[in-house]
Amino acid sequence: MNLTIQEVERIADLARLHLTDEEKERFREQLSSILGHVAKLQDLDTAEIQPLTSMSLECTRLREDQPGESLSPEELLNNAPDAIKQQFRVPPVLDTDNHS
Amino acid sequence: MAALTDLTLTETVKGLRTGEFSSMELTQAYLERIDQLEPKLHAFISLTPDKALAQAKAADKRLKSAGDKQLPPLLGLPIAVKDVLSVEGIRATSGSRILENFIPPFSATAVQRLLDAGVVILGKTNTDEFAMGSSTENSAFGTTHNPWNLERVPGGSSGGSAAAVAARLAPVALGTDTGGSVRQPASFCGVTGFKPTYGRISRYGLIAYGSSLDSVGALGRSAQDLAELFSIMAGFDKLDATSMDLPVPDMHLNADVDIKGLRVGVPEEYFIKGIQTEVEEAVRAAVSELENLGAQVRQVSLPHTEYAVPVYYIIAPAEASANLARFDGVRYGLRVESEDIIDMFKETRGSGFGSEVKRRIMLGTYALSAGYYDAYYGQAQKVRALIKRDFEQAFEQVDVIAAPVAPTTAFTIGEHSGDPLSMYLEDVFTLPANLAGIPGIAFPVGFDSDNLPIGMQLMGSHFQEETLFRAAHAYQSASDWHTKAPAVG
Repeated sequence: MNLTIQEVERIADLARLHLTDEEKERFREQLSSILGHVAKLQDLDTAEIQPLTSMSLECTRLREDQPGESLSPEELLNNAPDAIKQQFRVPPVLDTDNHS
Repeated sequence: MAALTDLTLTETVKGLRTGEFSSMELTQAYLERIDQLEPKLHAFISLTPDKALAQAKAADKRLKSAGDKQLPPLLGLPIAVKDVLSVEGIRATSGSRILENFIPPFSATAVQRLLDAGVVILGKTNTDEFAMGSSTENSAFGTTHNPWNLERVPGGSSGGSAAAVAARLAPVALGTDTGGSVRQPASFCGVTGFKPTYGRISRYGLIAYGSSLDSVGALGRSAQDLAELFSIMAGFDKLDATSMDLPVPDMHLNADVDIKGLRVGVPEEYFIKGIQTEVEEAVRAAVSELENLGAQVRQVSLPHTEYAVPVYYIIAPAEASANLARFDGVRYGLRVESEDIIDMFKETRGSGFGSEVKRRIMLGTYALSAGYYDAYYGQAQKVRALIKRDFEQAFEQVDVIAAPVAPTTAFTIGEHSGDPLSMYLEDVFTLPANLAGIPGIAFPVGFDSDNLPIGMQLMGSHFQEETLFRAAHAYQSASDWHTKAPAVG
């Protein structure tokens, strides 16, 4: 299993991770080695096996939708890197120059 | 009288009740010992002496008020808490730069139940970043040193909690176990540590790593001490959708615990090539001791054990890549400013996460990406079902399974740092319990020729924690490995 630098860049982009060139090369090698080890999972015939998708021993529980106590906006915004008027402030999400 | 910091939880609680010493005296004794040894060990990320002394003072006031008949069970007991668990008002870094200044506005349920039981919090212990690691070397705030040998790792990811308990910086400490992160450091540091059944102790307020694997556990000097904590922390919590509504045994283990007839299984797959000879010998001797105490020992087979590492290192990173998507520089934590929001995400995450976290996010993102999902994640979920079935079949024949915790004793700091796969392979004996969701308890059963502790684990069937605590307590009532303390220095 050998990943290419382009594959590493594609995964980093999907994961929204900036990587340096040195990291890209290191992860290319290390991820290739780890995926090589993981490949042994393919040795097992699992055609008849149901995947284990939930660890809970019971069905998902539902509860009444009732209002309860919650934290105040101030408490929730205390950890925000940039907040204004009870809102999180972020750079522009839409490219305003391209608005038609 | 022994030093206050040498007392077990049970002895400490009794001394506080009878007025032999106050919570202030006790808390101060621990804080002084932390002052003295922390520069060598680096077991803590944050210390909270002022809050601890205020809690101790309040506890003393209640202990002295004769009219109070309903004293909380652990009133005045100091504890340490792993830094991936939220405690209201105390920063929770998860060992990461990205949360360096994060102050949780609420406490984890497990922590809150202990606070309600009267504990005093000394500080937050060191951990591999987001609990991803087996050595505590992946903490953004420096490595913790093993109190038995400062050049060795304490294990991980709850290495700070294990080192703190071993060095008598706290009588007990909370940890978390996603793939062995309580049991392996307990083994490396010569203390007792348990992980509960998945769904037994609420994960609310635990900063998530692998949500189908994460569990809140604890480390202490004995199974008897930990049984007390378990009874308080366990039980249904509506804030965790996977928490199970089942009765919790109120365990107070006495000296006369009887394990006659207990069926103990020894899995051949856990005594493989590459295991340190002294580890195998000590674990087999401990199994013989259980037999002397009346247990019936037989061999069992867990044939898919060799697949635990590949299954775990697909499923855990996949879940981590989803869980850690929340760290984007918007609502909390680090933000690296940029004009463009996508760049802001990338720069924030690129500089806020350390190497191991990035590696696992990359691995998980790859395994979940279009075209690879079935081959990696889908296949891992199927093999996980086979691993769980192995245990279910074994527990038709035995009550507990006894095995080594790790193939070796504590390794040297830096030994695996260049080769992540070699570090992952060290987790081979602890991962299966998390993949199957079953409980486990690790405790010391000897030392190797370098005077490093050796641990054994007992694994049990779902929600059979009491059987594990009783078996470990029976062993500890007949042996003294768990009472050995390191001479730090």
